[in-house]
Amino acid sequence: MTTVIKKIVGSVITILAVSCLVFIAFEIISGDPALAKLGISATEEKLAALRLEMGLERPLFVRFFDWVSGVIRGDFGNSYSYNMPVSELIGEKALTTMLLALYSFLLMIVITIPISIYSALHKGDLFDKAIQIVNQINMSVPAFFGGMLISLIFGMVFKLFSFGGYVSYSKSFSGFLSYMFWPALAIAIPKAAMAISLLYTAIVEEIKNDYVRTAYSRGNSSRGVFYKHILKNACIPLITFLGMAFADMISGSIVIEQVFGIPGLGRILLSSIQQRDYPVVQAIIVYIAFFVIVSNLLVDILYRVIDPRVR
Amino acid sequence: MRKNKAILSIIVVLIILLVSGCAKEEASEESSIVIGIAQDIEDSLDPHLMDSAGTREVLFNIFEGLVKPNSAGDLVPAVASEAGSNDDGTVYTFTLRDGIKFHNDKEVTVDDVVASIERCADPKDGGPLVQAFSNIESVKAEDEKTVVITLKDPDTDFLANMSVAILPADYISGATAEILGTGPYKFISRSPQENIILEAFDGYWGEKAHIKNVELKIIGDADTIVMNLESGNIDMFPRLTTAQAEQLSDKFEILEGTMNLVQAVYLNNAHKPLDDVRVRKALCYAADAQEIMDFTSDGKGQEIGSSMFPSFSKYFMPELNEVYNRDIDKARELLSEAGYPDGFKLKITIPSNYKPHVQTGEVIKEQFKAINVDVELELIEWNAWLSDVYTDRNFESTIIGVDASTLSARALLARFESTADNNFINFNSPAYDKAYANAVKSTDDAEQTKYYKECQSILTEEAANVYIQDMAELIALNKKYTGYEFYPLYAQDISKIRLAE
Repeated sequence: MTTVIKKIVGSVITILAVSCLVFIAFEIISGDPALAKLGISATEEKLAALRLEMGLERPLFVRFFDWVSGVIRGDFGNSYSYNMPVSELIGEKALTTMLLALYSFLLMIVITIPISIYSALHKGDLFDKAIQIVNQINMSVPAFFGGMLISLIFGMVFKLFSFGGYVSYSKSFSGFLSYMFWPALAIAIPKAAMAISLLYTAIVEEIKNDYVRTAYSRGNSSRGVFYKHILKNACIPLITFLGMAFADMISGSIVIEQVFGIPGLGRILLSSIQQRDYPVVQAIIVYIAFFVIVSNLLVDILYRVIDPRVR
Repeated sequence: MRKNKAILSIIVVLIILLVSGCAKEEASEESSIVIGIAQDIEDSLDPHLMDSAGTREVLFNIFEGLVKPNSAGDLVPAVASEAGSNDDGTVYTFTLRDGIKFHNDKEVTVDDVVASIERCADPKDGGPLVQAFSNIESVKAEDEKTVVITLKDPDTDFLANMSVAILPADYISGATAEILGTGPYKFISRSPQENIILEAFDGYWGEKAHIKNVELKIIGDADTIVMNLESGNIDMFPRLTTAQAEQLSDKFEILEGTMNLVQAVYLNNAHKPLDDVRVRKALCYAADAQEIMDFTSDGKGQEIGSSMFPSFSKYFMPELNEVYNRDIDKARELLSEAGYPDGFKLKITIPSNYKPHVQTGEVIKEQFKAINVDVELELIEWNAWLSDVYTDRNFESTIIGVDASTLSARALLARFESTADNNFINFNSPAYDKAYANAVKSTDDAEQTKYYKECQSILTEEAANVYIQDMAELIALNKKYTGYEFYPLYAQDISKIRLAE
């Protein structure tokens, strides 16, 4: 129990450190949020007045502390560009991005498990060999490019979906799932390729173990042996990968959103950085950091559950 | 068991796909159009506070001033039904149009007019919202239909500034935050970084808009513009590159106009060796505008020789294009004379998000090689450009396109006056200051035009900048629609677009 608490405390410190780094980064790069908002025809006095209003004249440490105390209360401040609370601005978008990441994650698992099991059990077959090759290719195609290819082939040529025709989940959940299938696929494919490779190798290695032969000779059904022992043990390295993959998929979603025109965190993050809309950028980064850390935490816990050797 | 579950889930997903793929959108009875825009309106939806040209061209449809520009470049009465001045340009009188309404169907009153102008003339915090309004002595409503503006100094050009938006007095006092204008379209809603929804205003005083529902969709990624157009996600996109235009199928009509920008290699006249007019002239002789246009935009674009673009036909001087026709020998001679026989290093800072300027920079780099000027292209981000180059004037040279915020020569020429706030190139010429002052003072239109032309000639003679072109503007419009009209300023007039027969 104490290790879990230690880990949680460590996570909180990590998130704080990340936010602090973002504050410092904005301090260093040139660009002025007041200028970005008022434009070049604004007088120096107007700019100074706005900077005062934004609280930018205060020292870095004070601003950071102020921001942190706001966050603890659930207040992420106001967007400079849109004059609305940050939580309101990014709330729906954050949910959209997260749903996309989850969708990709599920797709990845759905693709990985059957393919790797079948390949491993029929090692050396044509299917196995074909998968090895396809895997290599898929692993090296970045999600962004994969997204463009999928848009072109399935969207423009086969017209299976309308490019740019994003349907919000509040309007039609089935429409949402239907449209999001394609960007989710683009993100899932390279990750699935790696996962298949990993699980395949793990299963093949696991089968070689002595206990497997013992179990068979004892008369256990081969299916029972496979699922209760081989697959369960083979999943351990996969789980580490899944933790990292999910974190990666969140950033993958942000990039892919640009291609498919999905109103998630991607665009608002980019434009907020360009406009020096600090409160929005801070909030998004904390959000992402939070999810990365939580998924790593879950991976850790899952380890202890599955592998008794770790306890 | 788990294997079967996995297969089952795949099947479920596929079924969902098929089911939703079959669901069709009901066709709408009302006309609609989706227009792609490259970035969201991030400065403000308040027309008095907004600043970027991209915002201006959208708000053009929602708000109007006492007068507004038409597509020919003339100022026509809008919120006012009559506008005039006295002979020496010190008193301007406006008659409020009968029955003109805001988007909430409330009639516009002289109080709204006075409040709007006073707000823009308020000199608090260093200066009024509209710089030219510092010349306003008073704004008064003489009666229910008449507003009189009195100026401190005579200015016959002042009318162009009266395109500033008229907003409800309630809004200005802060009593309401509703976005209301008098233009052909009213603001319905916006979703940040996603879209802006407009609807045609039934109570518009003039020629009503043809298309009822307008969605301005933000297409952030330039590489997806072509696919967005082809898939029908958007029906129109302005400011295409020639490369993108070529990729489009004949579902689209490509309309060509100009961007109404003065694109040049703007030279920091205070930076050595650019402080020497011979060096600046040498750079002008080495550059070739036609070659730049050939390389970057398939030859499209219009050459310029000074800070004026061809749409302002009243002021534009095509003869200035011929002053610095490419002459490498002359350029080398001038450089030697100035003390740089072996050339020098020059840094050109360009905002990376404007690809046309980046491409122009690449051609210039090659062109300047002929005179041993070694160009280093520095690409920086837009906000960094605004603060470092434009505000702090911390640069050697830069490539940018300058637009005219109002329909007047002054909008393009004011910045070169030596004490001007926005004189980012540090231009300093007593002759120019004199000519400009004369232009501002004169009350006779012909005389004023003469002085504005003198200003342009001085800019060319002094080689203030290496002038290149007014870039071609390409617009893709789905052939379902027609009627697009170009304006001599950064404006997208959506009300003129209608469904093709």
